[in-house]
Amino acid sequence: MSTITDTPEGISFELSENQRMVRDVARDFAQNEIKPHVMKYDESQEFPKAIFQKLGEIGFLGSVFPEQYGGADMSTLDFVVLMEEISKVDPSVGLGVGAHNGLCTSHIFLFGNEEQKQKYLPDLCSGKKLGGWGLTEPGSGSDAGGMQSVAERNGDHYILNGSKTFCTHGSVGDTYVVMAKTEKNKGKESISAFILEKGMDGFSVGKKEDKLGMRASDTATLIFENVKVPVENRLGEEGEGYKQALKVLDGGRIGIAALSVGIAQGALEHSLKYAQERQQFGKPLSEFQAIQFKLADMHTEVEAARLLAFEAAYRKDKGLDYKVAAAKAKYFASEIATRATNEAIQIHGGYGFIKEYPVEKLYRDVKLMTIGEGTSEVQKMVIARELLK
Amino acid sequence: MKIAVCVSHVPDTETKVKIGSDGKTIDTSGVNYILNPYDEFAVEEALKIREKDGGEVVAVSLGEDANKETLRKALAMGIDKAVLLKDEHERDSYAVAKGIAEYLKSYEPDLIFVGKQSIDYDNLQVGGLIAEFLGLPSVSVAVKLEYADGKLKAEREIEGAHEHVEVTLPCVVAAQRGLNEPRYPSLKGIMQAKKKPIEEIEAAQAESRVKVLGMKKPPEKQPGKIVGEGVDAVPELVRLLREEAKVI
Repeated sequence: MSTITDTPEGISFELSENQRMVRDVARDFAQNEIKPHVMKYDESQEFPKAIFQKLGEIGFLGSVFPEQYGGADMSTLDFVVLMEEISKVDPSVGLGVGAHNGLCTSHIFLFGNEEQKQKYLPDLCSGKKLGGWGLTEPGSGSDAGGMQSVAERNGDHYILNGSKTFCTHGSVGDTYVVMAKTEKNKGKESISAFILEKGMDGFSVGKKEDKLGMRASDTATLIFENVKVPVENRLGEEGEGYKQALKVLDGGRIGIAALSVGIAQGALEHSLKYAQERQQFGKPLSEFQAIQFKLADMHTEVEAARLLAFEAAYRKDKGLDYKVAAAKAKYFASEIATRATNEAIQIHGGYGFIKEYPVEKLYRDVKLMTIGEGTSEVQKMVIARELLK
Repeated sequence: MKIAVCVSHVPDTETKVKIGSDGKTIDTSGVNYILNPYDEFAVEEALKIREKDGGEVVAVSLGEDANKETLRKALAMGIDKAVLLKDEHERDSYAVAKGIAEYLKSYEPDLIFVGKQSIDYDNLQVGGLIAEFLGLPSVSVAVKLEYADGKLKAEREIEGAHEHVEVTLPCVVAAQRGLNEPRYPSLKGIMQAKKKPIEEIEAAQAESRVKVLGMKKPPEKQPGKIVGEGVDAVPELVRLLREEAKVI
């Protein structure tokens, strides 16, 4: 594994000592605390609360936020290393870590005022509270501006009506950031962001989704029926919600890129092991060039994807523009991860198709990567728009 | 209470060991190093005692600059300070223990922890030697500890049983698996470890008394043998286990 760091000589492709330590902790944690339970949570679709409690205790749920809010003050590069290791073992736990850090908590950190940060971030960073984030609605996905949820101002509060769908941590979350229009029938310029808390009158959880993959990750619909949201829960000014959401997604996409790299690396490692053990025609699969070429492609692609993810993280840490870098990393990593899991099953043959081998699950989990936090097509729009500027 | 934990920097348990070109050392290229797993139990136990009774825990490692990475891991777990006893040269257990013991004379800890063995050279000697050099009692393969009123009660793992012993402080304790469940370094711990200084001291000179002449890898594992199927195969299996494998 390599990363990009500045050195007096130029660029280094080595992990720093700090990153190696983060990698080792994440790896040990994933092996000991997550791996033994992966299929249990996948089959039951139960959210692994106990795992998230432990993740909170070791700081994984507040990794990139400053110490003053209870975070570990890590860099985005460190976070990429962490995400890959967790996701290699269970992408659905990686998704929870990514969504909690990269969406809800990140939104409040980036756009909250000091009071809001003090109030919400410490409990989110410690994992005492779990964060959800709501942008997508039943009728609006990539076209986020077409949302129907409305928050009408009424004195010192807003009355929120509508719903959000496919919300990660929808049914298990405690603190949510949701987007809604402050003026009905207006466009995206009237979208604002609000902090919601579990238990608010009129705020309920609808259907929990039954999914193809990422089954240990909780995905549910949020329903708002005349929810009274205090004005002090608004993030930033009215009408800033859409721009805020896009900015939050730019950061979130680095997490999804790292998650995808983890899946691809996992698929490669399982395939390497299997190809060397499995004998056909009197020799290991790994001695057949058809299999070797698949492994070589997977390895090359995952390395390239990792470097793109590191570049996006590096730019974010340096305060450089990272919108396009994040889009490229997310687009490429999710596509090569999809290919890698496909090839992994092909290498495993019939055994790849059954649940006793871990690649079956990776194949189901990976598909969300080309869809969530902006589809591959949306990423290409972002990249092309920049090229044609 | 002042507690010292001796830690060593060893190749990862998953390393595919290759012997170096000199035939006497291992080839360290591409090897990932970790905090010796038995030392993790030692670190955890020291932290637990500090959390209960207060005091200070120092981690001590003897070796090269690279050992700092392992010291930092101990710091990330929550150790207060770290000391690197510098020496670029290979030392045997005797010389390692001597170097550490000389430092500990000046630090004067109440309790000294070591892992029961380092998984690199597996000599299992350093704990006992440190105790000897310092004239202290030592408890090896400890799986349970209770500290009260200046005395330490320990449970030792011995063949087929546990032995209960009591020692007065200061003493040396060698940690065995089962003593505790080592904590993961938290991300905050890792970030703070960067800020904690590592004191560097030239290790006291000591001459090694055991010289490594050469290293050899064990013979490759032979593939298994299928003797037959069902009940009919049992007599042949028993014969082979008795005459060839000589295990029954």
